[in-house]
Amino acid sequence: MLQVGLTHFLTLSAILFSLGVYGVVTRKNAVMVLMGIELILNSANINFIAFARFGNFGYSGQIAALFVIILAAAEAAIALAIVLNIYKTFANVNVDEIDHLKD
Amino acid sequence: MNYYDIMFYIFAAITLVSAWFVVTTRNVIYSAFFLLFTFFGVAGIYVLLAADFIAVVQIMVYVGGILILLLFGVMLTNTITNVDIRTGASNLLPASIATGILMGAVVSVMWYTEWKIQPTAAPNTTIKELGRLLLTDYVLVFELLGLLLLVALIGAASIARREKE
Repeated sequence: MLQVGLTHFLTLSAILFSLGVYGVVTRKNAVMVLMGIELILNSANINFIAFARFGNFGYSGQIAALFVIILAAAEAAIALAIVLNIYKTFANVNVDEIDHLKD
Repeated sequence: MNYYDIMFYIFAAITLVSAWFVVTTRNVIYSAFFLLFTFFGVAGIYVLLAADFIAVVQIMVYVGGILILLLFGVMLTNTITNVDIRTGASNLLPASIATGILMGAVVSVMWYTEWKIQPTAAPNTTIKELGRLLLTDYVLVFELLGLLLLVALIGAASIARREKE
């Protein structure tokens, strides 16, 4: 139980995933929603690396984690560009108030 | 409990407590700074899983890149003179119940499944093997991701550019 093994890492990532989902569904600010998505991606990465460590498949899991990090960087850049455009158009970034695509 | 277990619990506590504050604090700037601690905690977890290169990449890309981008996003979408940068929350009760159920389900799946594990000795360094894999088995994905980053760079710049009136 106290000996740390694969299960502990998977449980940590499951809790982190749930916290990320909670952030995505409750926050109003679009930037905070992005932070929730980053938490979810991090929890997925923990799973990849934990299985790479304990599963004896070589390093493919770590490569997948690397690709996830790269995609997260691209996603954050694009999403923030979109958020800036939304702010220019609507003067706020609350996701529950923006319900049409143009003025 | 050896040192490995103690370090795991310390890093897990840092990660989860700061992640909790990320999703519950009302101040967006505080959230961004708690996210910093979450990323560092996750990097520590990667080190414990013998993924040294990924841990360094995590710190460089997430803390050095994504977190700064998020902070810029906060600064540019709130009036700076407004010290009190707050954000509202919606659907707190249904969201708590739903994510609580989700967390219980996923954690119990993780906990009760008989995982086939074959732990091997922790490698000295993973960089050599990762580099070999990136240029042999995963070379196509590697090239595509380079292209994707270029597209994302151009796309982000053209989306965020100020339109000419």
